[in-house]
Amino acid sequence: MKMPSEPHTVAMTTLPDEAAGAGVHAGARAGQQSPEQSGTASQQLAVFDPADPFDAGSTFDPEATFDAGLEKRFSLAAQPAAGLEAENISAWFGERKVLDRVSLSMPAGTVTALIGPSGCGKSTFLRILNRMHEMVPSASLAGEVLLDGQDIYDPQQRITAARRNIGMVFQKANPFPAMSIYENTVAGLKLAGLKASRAEKDFLVEDSLRKASLWDEVKDRLHQPGGGLSGGQRQRLCIARSLAVSPRVLLMDEPCSALDPTSTRRVEETIESLRGEVTIVIVTHNMQQAARVSDTCAFFLAAQNTPGVIVEHGDTNAMFSDPRDQRTNDYVNGRFG
Amino acid sequence: MSTYLPEYHPEQETEATARPLTYRFEPKDYVFRSITRSGGIIVLVVMAMVGIFLASNGISAINEVGLWKFLTTQNWAPESNDFGIAAVLWGTVQIALVALLVAMPLSLGTSLFITEVARGWVQRTLTSLIDLLAAVPSVVFGLWGAYMLQPNIVDFSKWISVWFGWIPMFQVEGVDPASPLRDTVPFTASTFIAGLVVAMMIVPIQTSIMTESFRRAPIGEREGAFALGATRWGMIRTVVLPFGQGGIIGGTMLGLGRALGETIAIYLIISPVFEIKFHILEKGANSIAAMIALKYSESNEFAMSALMAAGFALFIVTMLVNFTASAIIARSRSGAESEG
Ligand SMILES: Nc1ncnc2c1ncn2[C@@H]1O[C@H](COP(=O)(O)OP(=O)(O)O)[C@@H](O)[C@H]1O
Ligand SMILES: [Mg+2]
Repeated sequence: MKMPSEPHTVAMTTLPDEAAGAGVHAGARAGQQSPEQSGTASQQLAVFDPADPFDAGSTFDPEATFDAGLEKRFSLAAQPAAGLEAENISAWFGERKVLDRVSLSMPAGTVTALIGPSGCGKSTFLRILNRMHEMVPSASLAGEVLLDGQDIYDPQQRITAARRNIGMVFQKANPFPAMSIYENTVAGLKLAGLKASRAEKDFLVEDSLRKASLWDEVKDRLHQPGGGLSGGQRQRLCIARSLAVSPRVLLMDEPCSALDPTSTRRVEETIESLRGEVTIVIVTHNMQQAARVSDTCAFFLAAQNTPGVIVEHGDTNAMFSDPRDQRTNDYVNGRFG
Repeated sequence: MSTYLPEYHPEQETEATARPLTYRFEPKDYVFRSITRSGGIIVLVVMAMVGIFLASNGISAINEVGLWKFLTTQNWAPESNDFGIAAVLWGTVQIALVALLVAMPLSLGTSLFITEVARGWVQRTLTSLIDLLAAVPSVVFGLWGAYMLQPNIVDFSKWISVWFGWIPMFQVEGVDPASPLRDTVPFTASTFIAGLVVAMMIVPIQTSIMTESFRRAPIGEREGAFALGATRWGMIRTVVLPFGQGGIIGGTMLGLGRALGETIAIYLIISPVFEIKFHILEKGANSIAAMIALKYSESNEFAMSALMAAGFALFIVTMLVNFTASAIIARSRSGAESEG
């Protein structure tokens, strides 16, 4: 049952027109911009100066802890899914450019799959969508990421709020080993400095674990360490943990690549049940998975020594049955990559 | 091409028994093992010899007064058979605790700054400065403490005793807080000042152990915390500090072990008293190591034996502290992957 809030009626893929944006963004480069250029779409990492050795990048945000009353309602009430719009994203590691003017629209409530061979910049693109890219000291980027029309890289925006709204599940499950399953699930509240009553937490734990289809397996041992679970369960615990802060978008970077087929199916069921509630962007190397779970699909490719680009994107069925680019056709049919 | 179906009858009695596994060492491995093992054995033997040496030399003095009197007497007068380690052991522990109380937060803050905040050249420079600090000889720290720190810190000592003198620990006798004269002599040569200097000496070891354990906090867990919208402090509290717990405790204990044994810096600063004192800001302090350095040159054979006995007591205490520290460091999660 696919039920995106903005149904795609025309099942057709799109080949990005590279020439169109070329003039506007050529050479714009985060961290190397002159002030006059800051009016362009290219974006500086405004919160901190990556070159400042006294500061590794401030995510400290005094107000986030002070207006806890507001934040609490804000956080515990489920929020509607939000559309995510990446506009002309370029990314660098040091001098090396790994993404070049990538634009992609991820409509609210849909599931978007990012596919493509290793090293073409899918993870980098995903990490740019919730401001994790800038954690790498040498990293820089250009472009805009619009969450419900609001640029998350806007200097006025709080990085913590952006990350809470746009959750992320990593390739390698990373529950907090010192915490119990229960504590892991509601860890996001504590991390953001939010207070919640015992009853609210109990509710949130059950609700989130149910959404991540983990509740039945762990309901009798909620207070045992999260590290003691199997790989698949740990990954679903991480999904539950992300859902507990009620994100509007959930990013998943190859969430099933280390999981057995049964766990993979459970994660896919979770994605299915979240459709419409949360906008999901998932990177996967598994073509069947992309075909099963996603509404739209984007094919990334980086030719030899060139930055990654989107070759083709659009309705998943069209991407798999009738792709317009030969390389897409080869890739989805397993002929390279 | 076809597949095979092996014959397997689960209902049959199994004949399988575990076979013993033996193996032969490569000659190179054998040599390597011998060398490393003898290195370890030599260290143990030296340790044991030090302990035996101290015990066998100190035993005659302890026998003379009895173990109980040796542990409870505050005076140190071997010539009149009136000596014991009560005062000096107390003084040693007191100086070490003052040092720990100052050094612990300083080291924790420094190592968090190095691992979580500083980047690039600041991070590198600070790391090597801390290592450099560890290489400063303790006699230099002693001179610095006596001639640089002490004249400048006594006013602070006085300030504490004026405002917090109602806490017995901070009382200083014979000082009139109302007196306008700058009388700082009662505040010199105190446990507090000796503790401060020792604190500077144990900061490097504590900082480098804590830094090492924080550095190893898994990047995956850090990113997991940030991806939930954590503030930096929130991430440190949920990921770095729990992970580095063993390093914090172990580093602190190693620093304590070092503080207990510190000799020359304390010797240069304190004016020795042989009584159990609680007033840490007041002139007069003592420690086992400093006492041994002080009395060593003027001792006859029996007095020497008494000093050996005191040294043996210190040896036991520092061994206990250090063993506890290494046990805690070894048992901590640091270094072990968070793999389940
Ligand atoms: N931390 C990093 N530092 C430097 N280069 C990196 C880093 N992470 C990724 N890269 C490079 O960026 C390119 C894109 O990587 P990535 O986004 O991880 O690709 P994908 O997820 O599609 O496999 C690769 O060529 C990779 O070598
Ligand atoms: Mg990747």
